[in-house]
Amino acid sequence: MAQTRALGEPILSMDEISLSFGGVKALTDISLHVREHEILAIIGPNGAGKSSLLNVINGVYHPNRGSVTYKGETRAQMRPHVAASQGIARTFQNIALFKGMSVLDNIMTGRTLKMHAGFFWQCLYYGKALNEEIEHRHKVEEIIDFLQIESIRKTLVGRLPYGLQKRVELGRALAAEPDLLLLDEPMAGMNIEEKEDMSRFVLDVNDEFGTTIVLIEHDMGVVMDLSDRVIVLDYGRKIGDGTPDEVRNNKEVIDAYLGVSS
Amino acid sequence: MSQAADSAVSGETFLTLLLEHARVRPDNVSIREKDLGIWQSWTWKEVANEVRWLACGLASRGFKRGANLAIIGDNRPRLYWSFAAAQSIGLVPVPLYQDSVTEEMFFVLDNAEIEIAIVEDQEQVDKLLELLPRCPRLKLIIYDDPRGMRHYSQPELLPYSELRDIGREYDEAHSEFYPSAVAEGKSDDVSVILYTSGTTSKPKGVCMTHQALIDAARGDVQHDGFNEKDEILSYLPMAWVGDHLFSYGQALVAGFTVNCPESSDTVMTDLREIGPTYYFAPPSVFENLLTQVMIRMEDANRLKRWIFSACMDIAKRCGAEIMDGKSVGLFDRAMYALGNMLVYGPLRNNLGMSRIRVAYTGGAAIGPDLYRFYRSLGINLKQLYGQTETSAYVCKHANGESRLDTVGRPLPGVEIKIADKGEIWVKSPGMLKEYYKRPDATAESISPDGYFMTGDAGFIDNDGHLKIIDRAKDVGKLNDGTMFAPQFLENKLKFFPFIKEAVCFGDGRDVACAFLNIEMQAVANWAERKGLPYAGYVDLAGKPEVYALLQECVDQVNADLAQEASLAGSQVRRFLILHKELDADDDELTRTRKVRRGFVEEKYAPLVTALFDGAQHCEIETQVKFEDGRSGTISADIAIRDVKLVTSESVRQAT
Repeated sequence: MAQTRALGEPILSMDEISLSFGGVKALTDISLHVREHEILAIIGPNGAGKSSLLNVINGVYHPNRGSVTYKGETRAQMRPHVAASQGIARTFQNIALFKGMSVLDNIMTGRTLKMHAGFFWQCLYYGKALNEEIEHRHKVEEIIDFLQIESIRKTLVGRLPYGLQKRVELGRALAAEPDLLLLDEPMAGMNIEEKEDMSRFVLDVNDEFGTTIVLIEHDMGVVMDLSDRVIVLDYGRKIGDGTPDEVRNNKEVIDAYLGVSS
Repeated sequence: MSQAADSAVSGETFLTLLLEHARVRPDNVSIREKDLGIWQSWTWKEVANEVRWLACGLASRGFKRGANLAIIGDNRPRLYWSFAAAQSIGLVPVPLYQDSVTEEMFFVLDNAEIEIAIVEDQEQVDKLLELLPRCPRLKLIIYDDPRGMRHYSQPELLPYSELRDIGREYDEAHSEFYPSAVAEGKSDDVSVILYTSGTTSKPKGVCMTHQALIDAARGDVQHDGFNEKDEILSYLPMAWVGDHLFSYGQALVAGFTVNCPESSDTVMTDLREIGPTYYFAPPSVFENLLTQVMIRMEDANRLKRWIFSACMDIAKRCGAEIMDGKSVGLFDRAMYALGNMLVYGPLRNNLGMSRIRVAYTGGAAIGPDLYRFYRSLGINLKQLYGQTETSAYVCKHANGESRLDTVGRPLPGVEIKIADKGEIWVKSPGMLKEYYKRPDATAESISPDGYFMTGDAGFIDNDGHLKIIDRAKDVGKLNDGTMFAPQFLENKLKFFPFIKEAVCFGDGRDVACAFLNIEMQAVANWAERKGLPYAGYVDLAGKPEVYALLQECVDQVNADLAQEASLAGSQVRRFLILHKELDADDDELTRTRKVRRGFVEEKYAPLVTALFDGAQHCEIETQVKFEDGRSGTISADIAIRDVKLVTSESVRQAT
């Protein structure tokens, strides 16, 4: 991997975030920084609070305590629409695409927030609405080209194999031209070849568009190869934070998650 | 053809043809490519300019006439222009197969002393950079698609767009350079070196002159009446003589439009969008299309299935005859018209073949069902015969004369002679000049009186059509003296949709035996319908049910053979199903998907021994190479089946 790009200032900071559902403490006093252009992996056993953390970042869950600073603005909590309009996009652990729509249309939905023509003109499909559509379609075609899914452009998503659906979901997130991309287990359930492809795309997104990426992943090989930094969660607490090598050698992390290596 | 184009000037080259089109029809579309979902077009005038700038760009780098330039990638307009640009300043383009692994590529780069390479994308650049230390002559690598190339800083690399801009400036500064360079080109200059696929030995570079290719292309254009309104889809490898002849030679002679698909995965969609009028595909492509149609029909509801099969019955009875203009009864004509409305028309449209005037197939034998199917739909499918060394210009079916078992009459200007062992000797206007740096091979292949020895065995039938049986050197004998033509048997076996590949052995042995490869898609579908569970290719190939299925196919082939006296003795008596698909990456097939029988026999020696010593099964472990260059092993215990001999009497009783 070409490590020529420079990591910038923190784009996102979380300060002492705590989140509980009734008596269950999902996250406890989590503080972390995500720096610009970085690929940050979050790992941890099942139920460690990884997905909850992503949900706090894009405002689906509201933390009980603590604050989130994104692009210099500190808030007690994010709101989903604020997150989306401020350049945070994500994919989901269980694919959340529109199965009855084509790949093209699914990716087009990622552009929704950038469409400004009114309902009336959209219905007429004329004037500003038409020009906008052409412009957005161009952007979407660039993404289709980038992800090499030309051959399934007009296929219904429901008919695609799982690995390709994951790729389409990434496409939809990219369509929003995010500054911060949250990937929730992008490689779960994939075979080796699909994982290699997906890893390549994640690196390319980071490299070509300069997108900051936070990803949750269970495949340690992938995590160690892809990420600049790894954060380890266990029972809602942060028990490790550092480069892949540092994390690999962290005693607490080994006990909690990686297992004892002989 | 216009009169002007017919009166060929003596100094005719592909460049004079290109400039002529740019003058006569500057605004006609010359080439299209689908980019970002939209078809982009370039007119002849634009193409002539692009070629000029690229040529000037190359010249500004100081390459001398006679240097060789490699072209590697999928069919892209800029790569086609590279041919013309190279030729205009006296460089010789050498197209390479884009899916070659690095070692195969090294052979050609080294053998052809390549100095410049114009390639499509990062994938090809990576291969060349790997080979760079071993190819000291290679000084410049030009790439078309900049994707993923941001961090490459090797001094040999240059983006296509940059070279073109350099060329444009150079052209403005030296405007007299390009016309004089083009004028220097002579029609007997070598215009291209095409490497043979290397079925039997290391690939050889076939040197073609402008004159030979233009004559061959012009012969084809006149034979089929192509003109500037025709459209073709160029999706076959650029390194293959066929594509070079159709998409470059004929396009420049006739001035028709070449369409480049978006990617190799989208060919079917692109075919439908373009609707070419002239189409070439090897039998395997036609077979894939048919398999897809059949699989989808099997999933359709009963009414649709009934309409489909009823209409196809009518089409099989009279479709091809109606197309050939033979006399057909009024009732059948009416029924065919109805079927055309309900089934054939929509199906042709779905296949992207609505506008086809002429479709060709060649390179391998085509199955009777397949051939009949397309012709009965009203698609004018014909066969042609030729090889790299003759610019694929030897025999072709004329309209209305298409027949399954022949490859047509010799084309105008072609002389054919049948030599010893039935070997076909050809004298064609499109003959090679020589093999590159191989005077020995040139002398071996061209007879003293100027015939090219094709190595194919065949004969001319009573109607003057050429019939091909097999490779002359492959035709052998069983121990009892029966003629054994392996390819003939293999083709018969491969006509069944369940059999993808077959390899027959028998020369110098008591009986004929065969390796079979299942066609995964068709067999998997069959297994699904039968409710037969399986874990993957290896497992499916070893199922007794699948053996029984293929045994029926073999039985039928034997029944066919039993009716031909000379071949009745070479029936397949034992067969096995291979646990892995034969693959070009493992050297078992050539890049054009022809079986390398000798190599397979050596690689699977234990299996061959088991076939002939009467064993009931055999264990084997095989090395396989994956696409990314890694290798692994597959092991399996392969069962061997005996097949009963069919006598001609039993066939007669059964029918």
